[in-house]
Amino acid sequence: MEAKKREVLEQVKKVDDPELPNVSVYDLGMVHEVQVEESRAHVTMIPTFAGCPALDFIKKNVETAVRELSWITGCEVTFSFNEIWSTDSVTEEGRRQLKKHGVAPPPDEYTPGEEWQVDCPYCGSAYVSMENVFGPTACRSILYCRSCRNPFEAMKPVIRDKTLAR
Amino acid sequence: MTSIDTVEALLENNEALQAAKTFLFQLADDDYITSFRGSEWLGLAPHIEEDVAFSSITQNTMGHAVLVYQTLEALGEAEADKLAHARPAGERLSSVYLEKPNGPGTYLDEPHYDWALAVIRLYLYETWKKIRLQTAARGSIRPVAAAAEKILMEQPYHLAHWKMWAVQLLDSTPEAKERLEERIAEAWREAGDMISFGGHGQTFLENGVTADSEEALQLRWLEEVRSVLPAPAELPLKEAGDGRRKEHGSDLDQALKTCSEVFTSDREAVW
Ligand SMILES: [Zn+2]
Repeated sequence: MEAKKREVLEQVKKVDDPELPNVSVYDLGMVHEVQVEESRAHVTMIPTFAGCPALDFIKKNVETAVRELSWITGCEVTFSFNEIWSTDSVTEEGRRQLKKHGVAPPPDEYTPGEEWQVDCPYCGSAYVSMENVFGPTACRSILYCRSCRNPFEAMKPVIRDKTLAR
Repeated sequence: MTSIDTVEALLENNEALQAAKTFLFQLADDDYITSFRGSEWLGLAPHIEEDVAFSSITQNTMGHAVLVYQTLEALGEAEADKLAHARPAGERLSSVYLEKPNGPGTYLDEPHYDWALAVIRLYLYETWKKIRLQTAARGSIRPVAAAAEKILMEQPYHLAHWKMWAVQLLDSTPEAKERLEERIAEAWREAGDMISFGGHGQTFLENGVTADSEEALQLRWLEEVRSVLPAPAELPLKEAGDGRRKEHGSDLDQALKTCSEVFTSDREAVW
């Protein structure tokens, strides 16, 4: 069974974010759990932002990838809101690939109104400014590097509510 | 209070289930109409960066509505798409204040929308949304709390955005300040239903849907918005109606007709 699970996970790892080729949904920390029962797989995923319109595409692509395994007869993919996606969920490989797209990986903690602590994905400079917290998608912001004078995007961190002990 | 940890357990407890569903419908219906009114601003915001920001917030708000409608679907209600698009105005629990048009004209014909209304309304709403999500997240019904927690991780960006606009405009020209003050006065006549649970406050509290009483939450909201806006010390009235009790005007019908046009054109289509 463990071998089967690994096979399914390897297939899941092949699925990229629809907007970021070569950045896999696995490296973005969106894969929570793979379960296999006989010839059926169940993949539980974690959405980055709830308002992400790409979720349906990702779901379909993961299903298709898993169904490529000859022994699979069924695959169900669900997004769970019980698990919380966080900045730490992005893998090292994910961070490396994001930078290639000119997207800075998410900073560790961010309080609205405060400055961002991200470095330019091109030159590594910390001399950057926020242009628009709201970028082309819910999960990204637009910044500008004052060192190499490139605009770039950064993945937005999610915010932990201070009134909740977790 | 014993906590209800799973959807299955919630389905077993009818009183808690009904309370949870009412709370979720109020939340989802508010986000749905807020997102619709926001989408009407597309291309009309004061400047291009604001257009990007506002449309991103609007899209994410619709994502929140979808998340909550999906939670309702898991609790035995119809499919999320149908809950969003196929329910008539008379079944909706959204606030009439949030349904109010953005201004004279329509999106396609002479839209003379008022930015002061957008800023005040969205700041007041996002503040209430945060407070109602926080109390649900600390409540004892896990499926409701989980949805609230997820939204709470994204919603602070929305609230911070509208707070920034409110603060900056209040501190700019006399005209800006005056126009904001007019919209504040209007909100205190009409936004009473937005910050209300429509008579269900006690049931929410008794069943653990919320961790605080409705009165305590309303006072928290009042205190927070008054720290930013020059607003009256008492709670807003409900002069425009009470959406929580399904009293809506023609504005909602019009909005639903437009927003559901594509869905209604082919109900069997798979999107
Ligand atoms: Zn740079």
